Amino acid sequence: MARVLINVPRTAARGEVITIRTLIQHLMETGYRPDANGVVAPRDIIRRFTCRYDGEVVFQAELSPAIAANPFLSFTTVATRSGVVEMSWEGDNGFAQTETRDLTVT
Amino acid sequence: MIHRALMLALLALPALAQERRSGFEDMAPQTQAMQRDDTSNPGMLWALEGEDLFRQPAGPAGQSCASCHAEGSMQGVAARYPAWDTARQAPIDLAGRIAQCRTDRQGAPPLARESQGLLALSAHVGQQSRGLPIAPPADPRLDAARVQGAALYAERRGQLDLSCAQCHDDHPGRRLAGSIIPQAHPTGYPLYRLEWQALGSLQRRLRGCMTGVRAEPFAYGAPEYIAIELFLMSRAAGLAVETPAVRP
Ligand code: HEC
Ligand code: HEC
Repeated sequence: MARVLINVPRTAARGEVITIRTLIQHLMETGYRPDANGVVAPRDIIRRFTCRYDGEVVFQAELSPAIAANPFLSFTTVATRSGVVEMSWEGDNGFAQTETRDLTVT
Repeated sequence: MIHRALMLALLALPALAQERRSGFEDMAPQTQAMQRDDTSNPGMLWALEGEDLFRQPAGPAGQSCASCHAEGSMQGVAARYPAWDTARQAPIDLAGRIAQCRTDRQGAPPLARESQGLLALSAHVGQQSRGLPIAPPADPRLDAARVQGAALYAERRGQLDLSCAQCHDDHPGRRLAGSIIPQAHPTGYPLYRLEWQALGSLQRRLRGCMTGVRAEPFAYGAPEYIAIELFLMSRAAGLAVETPAVRP
């Protein structure tokens, strides 16, 4: 499992705009880099990030080889109801990771 | 020749008396914000890994670092390294001490310099001194190495024939291509450098500065690096530890 840092508020007022920030440990190997022997390292990147809030997709991103290692994403959504914020990353070589945080809306 | 004349002209300028400032102050506000917030500072990924490693049993006796080192006992340690190593009768840096504890006391397989594990443990131990002032030990046994470090700092090297002092003492705050030349205070190591896209040690940073002037860098763990670190830490005394910092 890759190490992740996630910032989702625990509570928010209904209608409030909340910021979600995620940082995940990943090499993001571009597929263009030759190693010391001139052999190009195969691509190994995260390709997609999805954030679901109470089951509904509220943010999605497609990542490309030009994105730096340990990708950091910051986005906003509107707090509508209490529920689970589910963040998932998918990528090359079967990379898949999901993290969840509870959000209470008052 | 023109370069040399320019260099001499620059050297003739009186060195400005200046406030000591961490490289943090020279960074863009965005990069500063990245360092300040633990959920956006990528160095925290390593620090958290180090925290896990610290509690993980290794070696024949199945001991972890935490078996011998109580919670909180590492506070302030990073602020007073390099220190004197009585076992080897030589100065030792923090990464060296951690590696030594791991092999000699824990009996676990060695961690190489710049390995993920050693960087992670160094970040975890270093983080516990965050905000504390750098406090080099007054141990007189370190004096000779500190003097050697000062000499290495002042010595011209490489095909560009530049000393550390010529950049970091004579021209801090000015630009070298896109980079602002910092005062070279080792306040945040190991740190996440955006250019490396990874965490790296002070020795990796110093190697960068040496190859930058086209000089042959010392090997990782070389006593010369520890001497330079001793000197840099005495020069930075009182500045706050920032580990794990972020730098461009
Ligand atoms: C078997 C017990 C033992 C284990 C396991 C152990 N250490 Fe130590 N460690 C010691 C002792 C004893 C000292 C020396 C304390 C002194 O001299 O004051 C020490 C010193 C240190 C110091 C220097 C402290 C200072 O105040 O200068 C650091 C840093 C350290 N250990 C880190 C680690 C780490 C990281 C690990 C795990 C990889 C580890 N140790 C595993 C016993 C242990
Ligand atoms: C040609 C100018 C130049 C020389 C010579 C030079 N450096 Fe640097 N150094 C820089 C620049 C520029 C940076 C910042 C790089 C960046 O921000 O990308 C830097 C960064 C550093 C840092 C990092 C400071 C921080 O905030 O983390 C240290 C420490 C350092 N240098 C020490 C040294 C030492 C020791 C030497 C001599 C062995 C040396 N430098 C030689 C230009 C130089």
